[in-house]
Amino acid sequence: MRYSVFSLLAQALKGHKGWTPAWRDAAPKPEYDVVIIGGGGHGLATAHYLASRHGVANVAVVEKGHIGSGNVGRNTTIIRSNYLLPGNTPFYEHSLKLWEGLEQDVNYNAMVSQRGVVNLYHSDAQRDAYARRGNAMRLAGVDAELLDREQVRSLLPFLDYETGRFPIQGGLLQKRGGSVRHDAVAWGYARAADSRGVDIVQNCEVTGLSVENGRIAGVETTRGPIRARKVGLAVAGNSSRLAAMAGMRLPIESHVLQAFVSEGLKPLIDCVVTYGAGHFYISQSDKGGLVFGGDIDGYNSYAQRGNLPVIEDVMESAMALWPGLGRVRMLRHWGGVMDMSMDGSPIIDRTPVEGLYLNAGWCYGGFKATPASGFCFAHLIARDEPHPVAAAFRLDRFTTGRVIDEKGAGAQPNLH
Amino acid sequence: MRIPCPHCGARDAQEFSYLGAADPQRPDGLDATEAAMLDYVYQRDNPAGRHRELWYHGAGCHAWLTVTRDTRTHAIESIEPVRRRGAGAAA
Repeated sequence: MRYSVFSLLAQALKGHKGWTPAWRDAAPKPEYDVVIIGGGGHGLATAHYLASRHGVANVAVVEKGHIGSGNVGRNTTIIRSNYLLPGNTPFYEHSLKLWEGLEQDVNYNAMVSQRGVVNLYHSDAQRDAYARRGNAMRLAGVDAELLDREQVRSLLPFLDYETGRFPIQGGLLQKRGGSVRHDAVAWGYARAADSRGVDIVQNCEVTGLSVENGRIAGVETTRGPIRARKVGLAVAGNSSRLAAMAGMRLPIESHVLQAFVSEGLKPLIDCVVTYGAGHFYISQSDKGGLVFGGDIDGYNSYAQRGNLPVIEDVMESAMALWPGLGRVRMLRHWGGVMDMSMDGSPIIDRTPVEGLYLNAGWCYGGFKATPASGFCFAHLIARDEPHPVAAAFRLDRFTTGRVIDEKGAGAQPNLH
Repeated sequence: MRIPCPHCGARDAQEFSYLGAADPQRPDGLDATEAAMLDYVYQRDNPAGRHRELWYHGAGCHAWLTVTRDTRTHAIESIEPVRRRGAGAAA
């Protein structure tokens, strides 16, 4: 069923009794051309682009829980492309362009809202760094505006500008950045992929990878073996565990990242703001809750729950930036398990096992990358060659020294 | 999370800094192959479960500690001071 204002009106007249499930809950077939492991945003997007752009529709997406139950439902829903390095900027800009056309492409309302992203700066050195970043973005065809303190004040009058230690001096604005309803991204891609014949197999955990003579032959799952000519891993958070099933070690550590939502409030903040003197970012969801987060906890974790020191640190940053938040009550918080790669950038590449492809290492940035990650991973799987905008995300860059380290932190995942 | 420091007793995790896996051993510099350096600098087992890792008690005894911890529950199985390796070896 195609969704439109006419289908909505027709259903309204019929008492909304004719809506059908948005996708089939498929049982696994014995064999597929491509099996994608991981029914999160990236896996479902990959299936959609395989079917819609490359005509490869004999595809299964296998998910250990229900689709969208992992990191695509555990993020802070921000989209942006304000990156500095040549390996990253074209990729994230491609992603933002795909976000801009996503709802028409998949015929699903994902509430893509380009409300703007402001990165605040608090010192002369930080202003210079943001000026450089903004210039790099504009050279790559991305929108960026450097704002002074008064311009930021007119956008965000309620922040604390006069704080003695870290006075706000201005910000770098990307107007095309914003936020998206994250669950709808998983559901929209699932529905679009399903409509082209992709099987979405839920409650199907992969327990092993079958490799025959150095070539992938299929996957072992809790719902039986599935043969496949090609297999794609899109399981950020658990990439090391899946890769180990094929005898690989990865330049990745799994870390827990916490996020927070306040009680619902009237419209208060109409863009995304990041604090420059600590790690803190905040926006407001369409339901009214303030959505915010900060640093990872900083040690290896698969727990999907964090500890109190980071909560305290995030709340302190919130109070330093915006003292008015002190009277807002926090409603809930949660943790997601991130693939923290050794240079802070992702991997979309072939592996030493023929026919096995890797999509991993998304660190903090997986959600905004969802469309381009799926687009480029589908290109890699279908054509066996990298898409030009993701060509730098090679697995062997750690051997050759061509790492993409936005923060210059070195091989220390908890500092990216 | 509390970490039971062998010198200071159970202390808040905020007093400690985390380095990462305890097992990688630096290969001998000039003779090391690219593959050996890759293994040491970048590749990690990253297990879901038992993990040997290095913590530094910066707000306490200033000792480096080897902690064995479950990455699924944060439960600490054992903790001991890092043993000094041969002269010239990096920690």
